[in-house]
Amino acid sequence: MSEIEIKNLTKTFEVKGQTVTALDHISFRVEKGDIFGIIGMSGAGKSTLVRSINFLEKPTEGQVLIGGTDLGSLSEKELRRERRKIGMIFQDFHLLEQKNVLDNIGFSLEIEGKKKRAARERARELLQLVHLEEKEKAYPSQLSGGQKQRVAIARALAANPDILLCDEATSALDPQTTESILLLLKEINEKFGITIVIITHQMSVVTRICNKVAVIDSGVLVEEGLVQKIFESPKSDAAKELIFERKIRHTPLRRLDAARTIRIVFQENPAYEPVISNVILKAQTPVNILKADTKNIGGKAVGEMVLGLPEGQNIQERIIADLRKSGLIVTEVSVDV
Amino acid sequence: MFDQTVVNMIGTGIKDTLYMTLASTFFGYVFGLPFGIVLYVTRKDGLRPNRFIYFVGDAICNIVRSVPFLILLILLIPFTRFLVGKSYGSSATVVPLVICAVPYIARVVEASLHEVDAGVIEAAKAMGAGKLQIIWKVLLVEARVSLLNGAVITTGILLGYSAMSGTVGGGGLGDIAVRYGYYRWQTDIMAVTVVLLIVIFQLIQNAGSRMVGWIDHRKR
Repeated sequence: MSEIEIKNLTKTFEVKGQTVTALDHISFRVEKGDIFGIIGMSGAGKSTLVRSINFLEKPTEGQVLIGGTDLGSLSEKELRRERRKIGMIFQDFHLLEQKNVLDNIGFSLEIEGKKKRAARERARELLQLVHLEEKEKAYPSQLSGGQKQRVAIARALAANPDILLCDEATSALDPQTTESILLLLKEINEKFGITIVIITHQMSVVTRICNKVAVIDSGVLVEEGLVQKIFESPKSDAAKELIFERKIRHTPLRRLDAARTIRIVFQENPAYEPVISNVILKAQTPVNILKADTKNIGGKAVGEMVLGLPEGQNIQERIIADLRKSGLIVTEVSVDV
Repeated sequence: MFDQTVVNMIGTGIKDTLYMTLASTFFGYVFGLPFGIVLYVTRKDGLRPNRFIYFVGDAICNIVRSVPFLILLILLIPFTRFLVGKSYGSSATVVPLVICAVPYIARVVEASLHEVDAGVIEAAKAMGAGKLQIIWKVLLVEARVSLLNGAVITTGILLGYSAMSGTVGGGGLGDIAVRYGYYRWQTDIMAVTVVLLIVIFQLIQNAGSRMVGWIDHRKR
């Protein structure tokens, strides 16, 4: 049984008499212990999708099963109890401004009807987990963005949830803070076996900690699977755009008139061989390196390079064949990706 | 400059004014706070939208608030007499003051609650909070500064209205100002009552600001 199963989920809104489809027949499964990324450009429907997982948005059609329980079949009261098993954090933290850190973290326990003392005790435990022990008496306005998100994570974990939903949880943070929050999420996932669903528009977040990913484009799930697979050979335009992070579009390199552009992805082994040099030597013609990057995906170093090939159909095909022979994954890229 | 009777009269006037203002604020909130919560909850984007209840509440608010206070005071004389037994004096004035204050307070409360960030409410929902818990533990807590500011403004307005009720025998400083200052041309008494009203207003305002400072944790 999957931890989360989304079946044929459709959500439509009425806007000024017109029906807008935010989510269009989406299905996927998240297994226990997964860190599942849902990625898409803004407006793709990611936020609506994550809100459907805890039924903050009720789907127009389709089902959401949490540990086998169909949320649509629950009464209001049962649904509230089910939601306690699903923690959630947000881009803008959404902390209670008039409560201190300790009472913010204890808030979900207070809702459950726990005594204030018991709630504070548990809150202190969690403060340790998120490394903010010295801030227990502080109010949210006295904290930095990263600290606020740590408090929000502690609050989401207070009720011992099985699942943690993250709605653009790092989008308001600087790169260093993002990194530390992602590490914390990973630690929580490993330590407590909590299944994490991460909504983001940043591929770097997905490649950093997710093991699986679903790509959403205009309300449709266009691609889904292991992060490594999709990073190596993205099939949908949306996935390609997200992986290239639109960098190509903005770099001056775009003006280099490469006759044909390809993207190669290589793993550890070929990374030790001078593949590109070999290709150049063999073809007796230069290639342009338009972009090169190495990423850590699921603990493995994965390299990525975008090459501009010289004129000539024959020579292009030969280079591509050589690269493939060396065990590289080659995909075509249009320069304006 | 004043003889003992006048001093005593002004002393009683201060007491009556404070009594009318504070009693009407208190009872105004007893009815106005729940009324405001109902308006907030039932409005279109509220916790539990209900067109009918909001429409009726909204209409009551607008109707009562569009009647000028002096006219309301006169219109309510039979009702006041029924409740208090007489239509003059400070206790009788509290009745129309409360009626006038309730819809005003309801609006102020509705606006204060509306200022609470929708995201915080969503977070509470995601944690499994019910509607009553959201009202008690999120809305009223997060909006408390705005609510208190609203209460201070309301108290100031009711102080002014209580003085206005002096024209129809309401008692308090306003009554003294009208009878001695206006009908008898005793400018000195008029001046003293006006100064006293200003002082009381200042005291209320200062006390309110100080309390806001105590309970607001949003600033660094």
